[in-house]
Amino acid sequence: MSTVLQAPETIETPNYLNAEYGWKSWLFTTDHKRIAVLYLISISAMFALGGIFAMLIRLELLTPQGDLVTSDTYNKFFTMHGVVMIFFFLVPSIPATLGNFLIPMMIGAKDLAFPRINLLSWYIYVAGAIFALASIVMGGVDTGWTFYTPFSTTYSNTFVITAATGVFIAGFSSILTGLNFIVTVHKMRAPGMTWGRLPLFVWANYATALIQVLGTPVLAITLALIALERGFHIGIFDPAIGGDPILFQHMFWFYSHPAVYIMILPGMGVISELVTCFSRKGIFGYSFIAGSSLGIAIIGFLVWGHHMFVTGMSMYAGLYFSLLSMFVAVPSAIKVFNWTATMYRGSISYETPMLYVFGFIGLFTIGGLTGLFLATLGVDVHVTDTYFVVAHFHYVMVGGMVVAYLGGLHFWWPKITGKMYPEGWGKFSALLVFVGFNLTFFPQFILGYLGQPRRYHAYAPEFQVLNVMSTAGASVLGLGFLIPLIYFLWSLRYGKAAGNNPWGAKGLEWTTQSPPTTFNFDETPIVTEEAYAYAKHEEAHVG
Amino acid sequence: MAQQFDSATFGMWVFLLTEIMFFGGMFGAYTVYRTMYPEAFAATSNFMNPAFGAANTAVLIVSSLSMALAVRAAHLGQQKVLQLMLVATMIFGAAFLVIKGFEYHEHWVDGKVPLIAGHWVWDGPNAPPQFAHQAQILFCFYFFMTGFHAIHMLVGLGIMTTMLIMARKGTFGPTYYTPIEVSGLYWHFVDIVWIFLFPLLYLIGHTKKLI
Repeated sequence: MSTVLQAPETIETPNYLNAEYGWKSWLFTTDHKRIAVLYLISISAMFALGGIFAMLIRLELLTPQGDLVTSDTYNKFFTMHGVVMIFFFLVPSIPATLGNFLIPMMIGAKDLAFPRINLLSWYIYVAGAIFALASIVMGGVDTGWTFYTPFSTTYSNTFVITAATGVFIAGFSSILTGLNFIVTVHKMRAPGMTWGRLPLFVWANYATALIQVLGTPVLAITLALIALERGFHIGIFDPAIGGDPILFQHMFWFYSHPAVYIMILPGMGVISELVTCFSRKGIFGYSFIAGSSLGIAIIGFLVWGHHMFVTGMSMYAGLYFSLLSMFVAVPSAIKVFNWTATMYRGSISYETPMLYVFGFIGLFTIGGLTGLFLATLGVDVHVTDTYFVVAHFHYVMVGGMVVAYLGGLHFWWPKITGKMYPEGWGKFSALLVFVGFNLTFFPQFILGYLGQPRRYHAYAPEFQVLNVMSTAGASVLGLGFLIPLIYFLWSLRYGKAAGNNPWGAKGLEWTTQSPPTTFNFDETPIVTEEAYAYAKHEEAHVG
Repeated sequence: MAQQFDSATFGMWVFLLTEIMFFGGMFGAYTVYRTMYPEAFAATSNFMNPAFGAANTAVLIVSSLSMALAVRAAHLGQQKVLQLMLVATMIFGAAFLVIKGFEYHEHWVDGKVPLIAGHWVWDGPNAPPQFAHQAQILFCFYFFMTGFHAIHMLVGLGIMTTMLIMARKGTFGPTYYTPIEVSGLYWHFVDIVWIFLFPLLYLIGHTKKLI
């Protein structure tokens, strides 16, 4: 099998998309690629929903007065924005779509280890999403996405149990995906695909899966306890009987801090793949990047207390969490340095996915460095609950994760659909995303440092200029997300045929036809070289 | 086939890891409160009935034995023994839930159900008034932890029913026993959770009497 195989006529050949027709062939499929497409559609819908709430928030903040909606409604807006975006978009995003599609192909397998459990995970996700949507339709939730007690258990008059049930259910979808990935990577690798040859995207998703499997059950039990306490009007976080509401925060962040690594690690995996391909050079420091994914997964479990510096937790605990939070920056920095070293003296080309790589490295670095500010105990006390925190979080989650997701989607779109997206529009929208993003969130760093608190629908008049900039940026960013949606759909019908390997990329997934056949490979590939052997381009024989 | 067996057992172990974290959340919270209110928890534990708890511990340990024998019978292809052992496991599992039901009923009559309004009574010589509030926390733990455990038992009974139906069709034999093996892992796990629940909920107040 040759690695570079331009064959536009393959579109008409049998593949996973035209293997069967009709809605039943999709809803009862066990093909990991079709399930990835199902996930892609559903998480895009949830992303749009979360985006609508974000735009409503930014519209309200256009003026200092709370004039668009009441403060209660505003509380529901930011809560629903957070719940939808975090639990129904960011957590599943890359693993459930690109991971589902690519991991079996990257390791030379026909499918995941448990195809039916994979389908089940999608149904569970949909069931969770239905609960979340129901809570929105019935009147919303106003606790913030963190469901802090005792407000969530005792005082809030909104649909906390419904929303918590939705998140609880969606958590099991995440657990099953993680479980499937772990077993698949252990047991389904093709001959010659040793751990040292695994693509870094697989390593990143493997580390993510470990967090999903170890962290999510703790969130599940925590939310179950919240729902029980709210339902029975008594429980173990109830301060009226000696319960400790701060214990809830410990249990919540024990999952929810590692969860931010569930969200960012797969993005880092995508960047590792893209940066080598468009630098035409092997990755620099393969084992360090692979190991740093595991390092982030492990250290990530030990730092949750940095969300709680001002809750009345002991000062010694604060010092400990502050110090360990610094340690997390080390593996993240290792990745950034290795990516830049990979680009050094590479023959870099500037296709759309690579533009997203540049965006990711810049924005993630800002997001990561401001994370160090926040991990520093003294500075954190100053900026706690201000827009500084909001800006930091969005730099990592949108500037990092969403940008990586879009980059990955552009990169593998030809493999998923067999069609090319329009490159010009792709570059244009990548630029829009970068500019719009910075315009939205950079002013929020300044606002937060100057003292604008988050989660209020009104603010002091002197903050208006920066807030108007932020809202304007959000509109540009929204457009930057809308254009890819349009041209991706357009490309399904009118896009150029992609061929098997339009980027000349390495990796087993590019040795298959585009779109792949139902079983990915005609015969099980045998791997004889390390990952990213771009330097040996001429003598390459993959599979 | 060997790869499927490997994947399935490995997958079940990973799933049990998630279960450990799930129950671990509750055990962790329990530890925090027991450290905060050690005397209150010891006093409250006197209202648990160790006779019920001990009986249930015995029932579950025997059910683990019958489950292990069922797995062995599947390995050896002894169809009758396999079915018998699955039925025995189900009977012991059901017996556990029946005993648990009697126990819940006793708490209900005693007024030790803080979750339902009007069913919490805290008085008498064994109920020091200063622990009135904190005792409710332990009983919340008691009902949440044993409740989640009971739900796992119910799921286990469902799995055993499926296994019995499959076994009666002659699905299992020396070459194929993956579902039995995997269900066995789950069943043993649920038993082990109880082994931890029993002393932590029932026995912490009885230490002095034993020594």
